[in-house]
Amino acid sequence: MTLSDAVHEPDLAVHVEDLTVAYHAKPVLWDVDLDVPPGVMAAIVGPNGAGKSTLIQAIMGLVRPTAGHVFVHGRPYAEQRHRVGYVPQRTSVDWDFPTTVADVVTMGLYGRLGWLRRPGRAERRQADAALEQVGMLEYRDRQIAQLSGGQQQRTFLARALVQDADVYFLDEPMAGVDATSEQAILSVLRDLRDRGRTVVVVHHDLQTVAATFDWVLLLNVRAIAQGPVSEVYTAENLQSAYGGQIALLGQLELGSQHDTHEGHTS
Amino acid sequence: METLASLAGDYTVRTVAAGALLLGVTSGALGAFAVLRKQSLLGDVLSHAALPGVALGFLIAGGRSFAAVLAGALVTGVAAALTMLLLTRRSRLKTDAALGIALGSFFAAGVVLLSYVQGRAGAGQAGLETFLFGQAAATLRSDVWLMAGISIVAIGLVLAAWKEFSAVTFDPVFAASIGLPVAILDATMTAMIALAVVLGLQMVGVVLMSAMVVAPAVAARQWTNRLGIMVLLSALFGAVGGVAGALISASGRGLATGPLIVLALTAIAGFSLAFAPNRGLVSAALLRALERRSLADRRVLGALEALALQHDDPGYPSEQGMLDAYLGTASGWRLRRLRQHGWVRRVRHRPEEGIHWRLTEAGARRARDARSEERADMRGEGGNR
Amino acid sequence: MSALFASIPFAIIATGALVGVAASLLGTFLILRGDAMLTDAIGHSIVLGIVLVWLATGQASGPVQIVGAAVTGLATVVATEALARTRRMGGDAAIGLVFPALFSIGVLLLNLYARDVHIDAHTVLLGEIGFVWLDVVPVFGVDVPDALLWMAVVTAANLAFVVTLYKELKIATFDRGLAAALGFAPGLLGYALLGLTSATAVAAFDSVGVVLFLAFAILPPAAAYLLTDRLALILAYAAGFSVAASVLGYLLAVAWDVSIGGTMALVAAAILAASFLASPRYGLVAQEVRRRGQVEANENRALTVHLFQHERGPEAGEENVLSALRTHLRWGDAKARAVVARCLDARLVERSGQQLLLTNAGRATAREILEPAGRRAGAGG
Repeated sequence: MTLSDAVHEPDLAVHVEDLTVAYHAKPVLWDVDLDVPPGVMAAIVGPNGAGKSTLIQAIMGLVRPTAGHVFVHGRPYAEQRHRVGYVPQRTSVDWDFPTTVADVVTMGLYGRLGWLRRPGRAERRQADAALEQVGMLEYRDRQIAQLSGGQQQRTFLARALVQDADVYFLDEPMAGVDATSEQAILSVLRDLRDRGRTVVVVHHDLQTVAATFDWVLLLNVRAIAQGPVSEVYTAENLQSAYGGQIALLGQLELGSQHDTHEGHTS
Repeated sequence: METLASLAGDYTVRTVAAGALLLGVTSGALGAFAVLRKQSLLGDVLSHAALPGVALGFLIAGGRSFAAVLAGALVTGVAAALTMLLLTRRSRLKTDAALGIALGSFFAAGVVLLSYVQGRAGAGQAGLETFLFGQAAATLRSDVWLMAGISIVAIGLVLAAWKEFSAVTFDPVFAASIGLPVAILDATMTAMIALAVVLGLQMVGVVLMSAMVVAPAVAARQWTNRLGIMVLLSALFGAVGGVAGALISASGRGLATGPLIVLALTAIAGFSLAFAPNRGLVSAALLRALERRSLADRRVLGALEALALQHDDPGYPSEQGMLDAYLGTASGWRLRRLRQHGWVRRVRHRPEEGIHWRLTEAGARRARDARSEERADMRGEGGNR
Repeated sequence: MSALFASIPFAIIATGALVGVAASLLGTFLILRGDAMLTDAIGHSIVLGIVLVWLATGQASGPVQIVGAAVTGLATVVATEALARTRRMGGDAAIGLVFPALFSIGVLLLNLYARDVHIDAHTVLLGEIGFVWLDVVPVFGVDVPDALLWMAVVTAANLAFVVTLYKELKIATFDRGLAAALGFAPGLLGYALLGLTSATAVAAFDSVGVVLFLAFAILPPAAAYLLTDRLALILAYAAGFSVAASVLGYLLAVAWDVSIGGTMALVAAAILAASFLASPRYGLVAQEVRRRGQVEANENRALTVHLFQHERGPEAGEENVLSALRTHLRWGDAKARAVVARCLDARLVERSGQQLLLTNAGRATAREILEPAGRRAGAGG
């Protein structure tokens, strides 16, 4: 019986075991175990260079791990590609590329369409639905160069939404984004979570973790701690993860400090 | 210079035109992708690196054979691309250095082989020289058939895998994440660009072929924001420039084809860069000037409106000197222009008083509209142009 | 002395060597700045300058040509940058648009007005170093080849430039911001560098042609860059490689009866290939050896960490055995055995029946990885 025949931890949305990524002499990720239950909004936090982006990339097969394996809803990632949506960091795209918002979103469907088939009316409807969800439908024919940073980010979110995935990975989706777009993105993510999807976000802002997420992984090359925010997002764990780098520990809103996070603003 | 009619009747001319057309279309279309992939200089490397391949083709075929030359050029071109890849991936050399190294070494090999072929007396050796700058008149009918075949394959492939190529070109990371075979698509695209380059070696020459892959695409980009249209226009421009240059060259004044085609294409690119609507530099400058004028007009109307409000009299006649002080600049000529639009009116005044102006009804409406437009702008999308 | 200069091989080799040295003195900074392809563009477009100057003055070489080339080269750079700044195209497309146009005008002018044997398109493009000994100029009573003389002047100028402005060039190349802050005008230095490059290219066109010039400018410094980190050494090695390429290239070209300039460039390419493969620090072979070592070290570490994490728990019996390594670390049979063997050898691990136990050394290795994050403050990954 090969590994891929086995269903491994089907009750977990994402199950990562012993994931190690090492370039040259430096381990970027070491022996990371990650168990994300379904239907949560999960954050991955850690200092710079902690390997957060690499973790996502390794899970998605974009980076080759030295060791370890990844299961999504019980099966190896390679078999579950179509159930996973990805919003990468914004930086590497050529913004002068001649393409409209609608075109970018439709690209999310290319994997599913397969070779030789052209996007048709059904695809257009799906793209428009995703755009509607992120509040960008009126910009569908706009050149991407003409968008603000937040609008660009929302477009990329729509591109992932259009895949109708069960698990979404987002890499710093709200970094450098204006307040309106940030709210729009958060509301879409919450909606996904409420509908039973799993959302995993590499998050840059320690202040907003407790108010926004239900589940958190503290990462610094190794997995320091993971679990529900209320249990895991503690001063002690943060200290472990950040070492001496954390200055405003006293002012952070921590998991153990409140009972609910409904309607809480940060 | 012969008339167009007699030109059209000439067998050589028709052949040359057909070849140039095919070449222009293919290199224009594929060049669009090369430029979007930021691989404009790859065309430069591929065309220079074709020289040793051309010489090898000569040697192996024992003389001038279009097919042999194409094959040889393709092989060395691809080898140069692989060399570049190897250098960037496995050493600390950066992309530009790798490009220069591939270009320089392969071209040097070409020069050596060229001299070797020339050293062995033979009818072919003079023909080899023409590959430096191109000679349209040397195109044979059979050459055109081969070019047609290759063009159909290359363009067919682009059309078939259109969406995959666009996705990989725009965002290779995302394309990989949805399961597209990025490395294979990348390699295929590079191979096709190499193909487009070798297609034109006979007509345009080794040194200048790169421009055929860059100029039409740059020109096309200025006219549209849709990828499909850009590729189409690029093909069109390539064809026009190619045919124009080739025909002038074939009209027999001893002018090499390559430079003529390049200049034709550069002219098209230059015109597009300057005058394309929206993106064109001249057009954009004109638009900005118009905007500035409109802004200045609004300020004047706004001033009149404010003064009218202050005095609770919509027809309040403001004295020109006062307006000048209010606005911080001479407003006479602007007011006269506004009068032509019917937005302000001169008011009778006594000779010793200065000129007075008032808003007309249309002008008052205009001032109101302008104010709400401005508010909408500030609230608005925050888009950046 | 005059016998030396009258010797054809010497004239040719010396000219080639000087082209190489002059070009690579500047080329070192050019590749460090990322301007290699701009150099290619300059090489092509100075053809226009050469033709214009020749049409205006009838001179095919000498100071007028050198100044004319510097102007044309700089004009190319300025035009390219201006186009790139409009943001209507990428920087690479700007390069690919400007130089072919200028080059084409030059070639056309040549076609139309200059059917002269001395200055035709072929020569300009490919040079003919074999003929440098034809034109001589008397210098202190000795007949020196024209090209050699001017190449020497240019080499001296480049050397003076690099030596006097060494530290400014160094800072401007590696840290533009700092250079500007210190008042070293990195922009101006850059233009001076490119201007001298143009001048060198035109001095060299007679011998090696404008396209091969790129090879002489880039290949030796690149080879040197793969050998050492020290700027002074890169310059020195590059010069050395240029001379070697010139000598070897000449000898081979004579033996094979092929283009001398081309062969010199090919030898430079071969030197680069050798450096790429065999450089003790950066070469491919060295990289592979290092990589293997690191992979093995990582695997050893992975084993110790895995054992450490499970050794105190109840699952130790299950986890810390050979078969478990296959499933949990995803190692094939052979690999798992190899790693265990290595660790046993290195005394990081010892056997106890089926189970694998950490030694103290092994435990220390594991702890190194697993110790708190404090030690990682500021480390990249």
